[in-house]
Amino acid sequence: MMTVLLANSVTVGIFTGLTVMLLVAEKYLAAYGQCTVSVNKGSVVFEQTGGVTLLSALYANKIFIPSACGGKGSCGYCKVAVLGGGGPVLPTETPYLSRREIRAGMRLACQVKIKENIELRLPEELLSIKEYRARVARVRELTHDIKEINLELVDPSEISQRPGQYIQILAPTEDGPVFRAYSISSPAYDRNLVQLIVRLVPGGIASTYLHGLKENDEVTFTGPYGDFRLSEDPETEIVCVGGGCGMAPIANIVRSILRRWPNRTCYLFFGCRTTNDVFYLDDFRALAKEHPNLKVIYALSDPLGPEERWDGDTGFIHLSVDKYLAAHSRHQAFLCGPPPMIEAVTKILDGRGFRKEEIFYDAF
Amino acid sequence: MNATPVWVIFVASIFTNNILLASFLGMCSFLVCSNRIETALGLGTAVTFVTVFTTALNYVIYRYLLVPLGLEFLAFIIFIAVIAAFVQFVEMFVERFSPKLYYALGIFLPLITVNCAILGAALFMVIRKYNFLQSVSYGLGAGLGWALAIALLAGLREKMGYSNVPAPLRGIGIIMLVTGVIAMAFMGFAGMLNVQ
Repeated sequence: MMTVLLANSVTVGIFTGLTVMLLVAEKYLAAYGQCTVSVNKGSVVFEQTGGVTLLSALYANKIFIPSACGGKGSCGYCKVAVLGGGGPVLPTETPYLSRREIRAGMRLACQVKIKENIELRLPEELLSIKEYRARVARVRELTHDIKEINLELVDPSEISQRPGQYIQILAPTEDGPVFRAYSISSPAYDRNLVQLIVRLVPGGIASTYLHGLKENDEVTFTGPYGDFRLSEDPETEIVCVGGGCGMAPIANIVRSILRRWPNRTCYLFFGCRTTNDVFYLDDFRALAKEHPNLKVIYALSDPLGPEERWDGDTGFIHLSVDKYLAAHSRHQAFLCGPPPMIEAVTKILDGRGFRKEEIFYDAF
Repeated sequence: MNATPVWVIFVASIFTNNILLASFLGMCSFLVCSNRIETALGLGTAVTFVTVFTTALNYVIYRYLLVPLGLEFLAFIIFIAVIAAFVQFVEMFVERFSPKLYYALGIFLPLITVNCAILGAALFMVIRKYNFLQSVSYGLGAGLGWALAIALLAGLREKMGYSNVPAPLRGIGIIMLVTGVIAMAFMGFAGMLNVQ
């Protein structure tokens, strides 16, 4: 009996002693004190208690740099130029940084831990990215797994976006909110609205959240992000090729272009698998009637079923691109879809004389 | 009490009775973290640090707390708790002062806790009835011996990068073979010193 009590008290005593020692050590080793984060030569400066990642510190101070994976180090979007105070480049960052970028001081903000005063350089436009609060105005089912979600902006009430840009939706999870990127499908001239086209991915955090939204639900997002710049030259034809759920940015581009340049040559190629996956076809065909220089070609890749009626193309979409794309002196292409489609279409465009800078693709 | 001189224990635990090559303790992190000399030396230093201090602390706890109270049976639990706490401490230290090493070691830094070489060193110290000075020198020697073995293997693996290893043996196969050969080579030290 005595032995049991003695054994227990000795064990507890030693464990407590070790814990105290560790707590003391943590206080001195893991505490970094207040560090100053300076952005763009002092245009934005804030104090941050050390020990957190640069990404979370920037977000806490309303600087919303792009991040598709929410800080896990798996997307490479959060590149920032660290001019000083970032420490050595970590093995978790090297897969996403080229040697030139590392020499220039580029780091992944989600992997850099703030331990001392740190100086950054960010592109000016990232500093103007805002957080928006919006309300769900309307949800429309387009296909069995794709929904069109219309968000009415509350605060700020207007968004100034360029066609081809995306926003980052804040989706709530048990471990805290995560950010996921979605392209804006509403045209640029609709400044009070952001429309998204979301395919439900089984187990996907954000798509499940977005598909569960009802009218008047509140949604928070940051944006707009994205480097695509539509050519302002009305003689430059635009070739949009989309596959699967890549319709969103293309819908934005096509509608924005035709509002500003009603006679501009525009190709819309869209590839789906079956007639169940087709949406917006009638809307675009109506648009094509009003704007004769808009060519709309949809292609179905799966063989038609016995009950299906289809008057468009069949086969993979890059073959349709090959068939219908006429020669033109000045062009710009926007591709959005699965990587094999992008590869196949790029090859075809390459053969038609499109230069690398003229082909932009969306990697979601 | 054990009459072996302190320096004999130190040298023997590095060469003749190398805790990894003779007693085959601490193999898992040895096999995985030995692909680059830099990482191997980093891990070897961490293991040596932990082994020295935990062997010393465990000796003090065993001799002055457990034995007088008749609680020798608690040795296993207490030793592991002390090792775990020390490894936590080393983790914090490495993360603060060398984040590169911290990420290079990854999961293997906390895995030092279950490195059997460290617990083995503590238990050998008990079995062989070392006193404090002997325990410290044994802990230091065992740690350095482990570090020596992993550094050797890392050097060989880096060189083997240019060798033509047959496909079935690539990876773990050739490493085990090489380890066995190094172990046999270390047996050559056997006549040097006798320690038990």
